Amino acid sequence: MVYIVGLLSLVFLVLAILVLTRLTSVLKGVNTDATTEESIGSSVNNRINGFLFLAFFVVGLIAAGWSFIHASQFFLPEASSPHGRHTDSLFWLTMTIITIAFVVTNALLFYFAFKYQYRKNHRATYYPENHKLELIWTVIPAIVMALLVFTGWRAWRDITKEAPENALAIEIVGKQFNWEMRYPGVDNDKLGNYNYKLIDAANSLGIDLEDETSFDDVTVSSEMHIPVNRPVLLKIRAKDVLHSVFIPHMRVKMDAVPGMPTRFWFIADKTTEQMRNETGNQNFKYEIACTEVCGQGHFSMRTTLVVEDEDAYNKWMAEQKPWLTKNPDYLARVPEKLKAKAAKYIPATPAETPADSTAAPAEGAGATTSASLR
Amino acid sequence: MATVETNAASSAVHVEEHDHHEELSFLRKYVFSEDHKTIAKQYMFSGIFWAIIGASLSVLFRLQLGFPNMTLEWLRPILGGWIDESGKLDKEFYLAMVTMHGTIMVFFVLTAGLSGTFSNFLIPLQVGARDMASGFLNMLSYWFFFISSVLMFSSLFIETGPASGGWVIYPPLSALPQAMSGSGLGMTLWLMSMAIFIVSQLLGGINYITTVINLRTRGMSFSKMPLTIWAFLLTAILGLISFPVLLSAALLLIFDRSMGTSFYLSEIYIGGEALPNIGGSPILFQHLFWFLGHPEVYIVLLPALGITSEIIATNSRKPIFGYRAMIASMIGIAFLAFIVWAHHMFVTGMNPFLGSIFMFLTLIIAVPSAVKAFNYITTLWRGNIVFTPAMLFSIGLVSFFISGGLTGIILGNSALDIQLHDTYFVVAHFHLVMGAASAFGFLAGVYHWFPKFFGRMMNSTLGHIHFWLTFVGIYLVFFPMHYIGIAGFPRRYYSFTTYEAFRTFGDLNMFVSIAAIFTFTAQFIFLFNFFYSIFKGRKASLNPWRSNTLEWTTPLHPGHGNWPGEIPPVYRWAYDYSKPGATDDFIPQNVPYSQTPESNLPHENALIAIEKEIEAQNYNDQFKQPH
Repeated sequence: MVYIVGLLSLVFLVLAILVLTRLTSVLKGVNTDATTEESIGSSVNNRINGFLFLAFFVVGLIAAGWSFIHASQFFLPEASSPHGRHTDSLFWLTMTIITIAFVVTNALLFYFAFKYQYRKNHRATYYPENHKLELIWTVIPAIVMALLVFTGWRAWRDITKEAPENALAIEIVGKQFNWEMRYPGVDNDKLGNYNYKLIDAANSLGIDLEDETSFDDVTVSSEMHIPVNRPVLLKIRAKDVLHSVFIPHMRVKMDAVPGMPTRFWFIADKTTEQMRNETGNQNFKYEIACTEVCGQGHFSMRTTLVVEDEDAYNKWMAEQKPWLTKNPDYLARVPEKLKAKAAKYIPATPAETPADSTAAPAEGAGATTSASLR
Repeated sequence: MATVETNAASSAVHVEEHDHHEELSFLRKYVFSEDHKTIAKQYMFSGIFWAIIGASLSVLFRLQLGFPNMTLEWLRPILGGWIDESGKLDKEFYLAMVTMHGTIMVFFVLTAGLSGTFSNFLIPLQVGARDMASGFLNMLSYWFFFISSVLMFSSLFIETGPASGGWVIYPPLSALPQAMSGSGLGMTLWLMSMAIFIVSQLLGGINYITTVINLRTRGMSFSKMPLTIWAFLLTAILGLISFPVLLSAALLLIFDRSMGTSFYLSEIYIGGEALPNIGGSPILFQHLFWFLGHPEVYIVLLPALGITSEIIATNSRKPIFGYRAMIASMIGIAFLAFIVWAHHMFVTGMNPFLGSIFMFLTLIIAVPSAVKAFNYITTLWRGNIVFTPAMLFSIGLVSFFISGGLTGIILGNSALDIQLHDTYFVVAHFHLVMGAASAFGFLAGVYHWFPKFFGRMMNSTLGHIHFWLTFVGIYLVFFPMHYIGIAGFPRRYYSFTTYEAFRTFGDLNMFVSIAAIFTFTAQFIFLFNFFYSIFKGRKASLNPWRSNTLEWTTPLHPGHGNWPGEIPPVYRWAYDYSKPGATDDFIPQNVPYSQTPESNLPHENALIAIEKEIEAQNYNDQFKQPH
C-alpha cells in the first residue's frame, strides 16, 4: 500500500517538475514573442506540451501498471460461489479487452498529439473522411460488443433463473440499520406468511400466525448461517426504506424493496473454515453489507455470514428456538382451530399469564391483505 | 478577406434600418437582459459559482473518507453543529454533502452551466442569427434557473440539513421525514428547486431548438452546421423529452410526501408504526427518474463533445474527420440514450428479462461512442496541432471519454454489474466519462471563446499549467478509485472501518483525497486567470484561433443583433482547414466558392451557381421583419 502511495506521489512530483520547467521556459517565451497569435504555434510552448503528452502517457502507463499490481493484493479473493467465479472470469476477460483498447487509443491520442504538433510552413493533411476506415471501426467494436453481450447475457440468464427445488429459502429483511433473517424451521420447509401491519416490538418481521407454517419459523439477527454446497434462496424484503443485500465474497447483490419482495439464489461452495485456511486469516468472516443508501447508519449494517458443512448447519439449526417458542404470548394470535398445532411450540411453563398475552397483540385487522412469501 | 469588404459595403445600406433601438437601462441591459450573450455570461458566472460550491463539498467529504480519524474541529466555525461532539463530521451531513455535490454538479454546473452558457452564446453566433428566437423566454429561463438556485442554495443552511438521500433521491428514503432529517424541509426545497429548474430547462430547450431550426442564416443548411450546433440541438431535444418525466417523478413524490398518496410507498413500518400506504412501487420512481437520468448523462456530455469537435478541428488545422459519421453517431447516441435507462436498475429487483434487453441496448451505445473517439483521434492524425489551452482540454476530454467510457462496457453488462453496482467502480466510471469529460468541455469552451465573450485573451501559460495540474490530478483521483471499486467498496459509506472486507485501502483513500484537494486547489489558477483576464487580459484580435465559424466574423464586442450590417451568408461547411491549394490554412464559412477557385473540389465548383440564390434569401433576419 505504501508503495502505491509512494509511486503515485513520485508521478506527481515528476509531472510537477515537468510543468515547472515548462513554466520557466514559457515565461521567457512570453516576454519575447508571445504578442501575436502566430507565435502561439511556433513558440517553444508547443514542443513542451507535445512532449508532456508523451511523457504523461509513458509515466502514466508505468504508474497504472505498477499501482494495479500492488493494489490487486487487496482485491477480494476469488469468489466463493460458482456464479461468482463465472462473472469474475467474465470481468477479467472484459477488463483485458478494454485495457487493450484503453492503451491503444490513448497511445494513439497522445502520440499523434506529440507527433503532429505545429510546424511553421507546414500544412495539415486535408482528410475529411474515409468510409472504409469508418466502416471498419464501426464493425469491429460491434462484433466485440456482440460477443461480450452474448457471454454476459448467458451468465445473467443462469444467475437469474428460478432457484433449484432443493434450495434452502431464507428470508432476509433490511431495516434501519440492520438485517434480520428468518429460517423456515425444522418441522416444515416453508416460511410462513407475513404482513407488515402485524409488526410490533416483538414481532419485528410481521410473522402471520394465522398461517400454520409460520409456527416453526426461526428468526435470527446476529448472523446468517448457511450450509455449504446447497443452493440458498434469499427472499429479500425491506421494512422501511430501500436497502440492498451485498455479500461481497459471494458476488451477491440485490435490492430490498418495501412492498416488493425480491430474490437472489446462489451456492456457497467454500466454508468459512476453508476461507480461513486459504486466506491465512484465522479471523476471516463472510460479511453482508448494505449498498443502497438508507440513512445515517447505512455504512454499518454489517451482518456476518457463516458457511458451514451440512452437519454443522443442522446442528446449529436444531439449537435455534422457533420464534413462537420465544414469544409464547403470541399464541393468542393463533386461530382456534390451529391452537392445538401451535401448542407444541409453546414451552411447558409459559413465562406470562394468559391474561397478559391477549392484551399484547391487539391489532390484526390488516391480516387479510397478507402477502404470501411462499 | 474579400467577404469582409462585401459585408462592410452592404452593412452601410442596412445600418439605418435598426438604429432606432433606444439605449436600454442598466437593469434591462445587464440583469433582466434578453440578449443571448449576456444571458450566456449570467449562466457562465452562475455555473462557476456552483462549481466552486460543489467541488468544495467534495473536498469536505473526501477529508472524511481519506482521513477518517482526523478531527474536523477547525471546521466548526463554518459547519457549526454538523461537526459532532467528537469533532467528526455528522453522519447525516456526510450524506447530505454527497447528495448536494451530485445534485449541484449534474444539474447546476454541467447542465445549466455548460448548456446554458454555450448553447446560449454559440447558437445565434454560429448559425448566424440576431438573437434567440425568443429573447424574453430566454431571460425567463435564466431567472427561473436563478430562483431554483436560490432555493437549492438556501437548503444548505437550514437546521435539518439539505436533501441527503443521494442525488437520485430514491423514495421511500426521500419521502419519509422520519427516515432521515434531510428528508424533511431539505427535500421539500430540493423538489421545489428541481421543479423550477426543469421549467428553466424547458424554456431554454424550446428556444435552442427553435433558433436552430428557424433562424439559420442564408445558406446554413443542416449539412453545413458546425458540430457544436448539432450537439446543442440534440442536447436540447434530449432535455425537452426527458425533463418533463423527471418533473412528473418529482410531482408524484411531492404528492406522496404531502398529500398522502401512495405512488412510491407500500408496506412500510417505520418509527414504530405501520404506514397506511399500500400498492405503490419505489421501482416506479426509479424508472421515471432514470428515464431522465440516463439522457441527462448525454445532456451533460454531448455539448462537451460538440465543443471539442470544433476546438480539435480548429487547432489541428484539419477538417473534423467523418463529419457525417459524427452527426450520425450523435443522433445514434441521443436516440439510444432514451432506451437504456434501466441499466441503472439491474439489481433493483426489476424483471431479469428486462435486464437482458437493457444490457443489449446499453452495449450498442459503445459503437457510436467508439466511432466518435476514433474520429477525434484521426482528426489529430497528420494535423498541424496548436496547443492552445482549449486544445489541451479537448485532448484531455477525449482521453477521459475513452478511459471512462470503456469501463461502461463492464457496468452495462448486467452479470458483471451485480458485483460492481453501487461500488466505487461506478463512481470512478461516471466521474471520468461524465464529470471530468464534461467539465473539461466547459473549461475548453471558456478558454476558446473567451475572446468572443470578453474581447480579451486569457493567459495561455496559466492555461497550460492549469490544464496539466488538472489533467494529472483527475487521473490520480479517479484511476485508483477503480481499484477501490474492484475491491467491492460500496459508495455513500461514511466510513469503511465497520467491515473487514473494506478495511484495506485506507492509504489509497487517503491518496485519492490528497489528489482531490490538489486538483481542487489547481482550479484557483483558472479562477485567477479568468477574472484577471476579463479586466486586464490582452486585447483579442477578431479571429484569434483562425477559425472558420461565423462567430469570428462579428465585431470584437458584438452588440445587439451581433452583426452591425447584414448577417453574412454561408456557402461552405465549417471545416475547410488546410484545404489543398488555398492560400491560408482556413477558409471561413462565409467565403463563397467563387472566391476560392484555386482550392475548390470538383463538386464544389458546381455550387458556385447557387451562390446568388443563397444571397437572395433573407427571410430569417429579425431586423428585416416588420416590428
